[in-house]
Amino acid sequence: MTQTDYVLAAYLVMAIGIGGGLLWAYLSMRAAER
Amino acid sequence: MHRYANPKRFLAIARPATGLTLLAGALLVGIGLSWGLIFAPADYLQGESVRMLYVHVPMAWLALGGYLGLGIAGITALVWKHPLAEVALAALAPVGALYAALCLITGSIWGRPTWGTWWVWDGRLTSMLVLFFLYIGVIALIRAHDDVRTGARMAAVLAIVGLINLPIIKFSVEWWNTLHQPASITLSGSSIDGAMLWPLLTSALGFLFLMAAMVLMRMRALIAERLRIARSVRLATA
Repeated sequence: MTQTDYVLAAYLVMAIGIGGGLLWAYLSMRAAER
Repeated sequence: MHRYANPKRFLAIARPATGLTLLAGALLVGIGLSWGLIFAPADYLQGESVRMLYVHVPMAWLALGGYLGLGIAGITALVWKHPLAEVALAALAPVGALYAALCLITGSIWGRPTWGTWWVWDGRLTSMLVLFFLYIGVIALIRAHDDVRTGARMAAVLAIVGLINLPIIKFSVEWWNTLHQPASITLSGSSIDGAMLWPLLTSALGFLFLMAAMVLMRMRALIAERLRIARSVRLATA
């Protein structure tokens, strides 16, 4: 693996984590406020 | 401050603030990360892998800052017994746990090309893992009791006790031998060049706004759930 591969892996993990967190927070808010 | 601790007043501010923080966070993270990935220079020693700085360091700062917020919410919930502080505690815990987990995973990915290992049981990495477990413990305690208020008060005690871990994490790189580097940014200045510092600060501010957006959305969800429970109890006893 090159250094760039590690960088991309770290950014991918971050994107999935933050994106998933935002989606969960939004969906739970929408379901609760309905 | 007490004026805004009323759930109705809080919701009047939280509703427009959710969209604004989300928008500001997405914009700043977009700018900060493209700046760090494309325009910032590679490091003379670490090469391209230094670009992990722009995701790993904000996650670490905000996981620590989030726990400080958890401790303050815990103290407010126990001393002033304010329901909104309990809601803030319950909303912040999973978001802080997410940031701590992302800090650990991105740090591990950075460690492999830089140190030659994914993990070492040294002071900094272990104390950061303990912080993640503290977050998980707070979440578990919140859910450990049928009565949400009792669960939140038990969790508040752990949140306050866990504050002792924050200075341990901060000073772990000075107290013990470690592969992890000491702090580059302190209150008295930074040893990082502006070409790397500004994209770092931009993405950190963006991730802070995204954290705020997640906490606001979770607080709104928890307040709505509590209102529904209170309404059904009122109907059942009428």
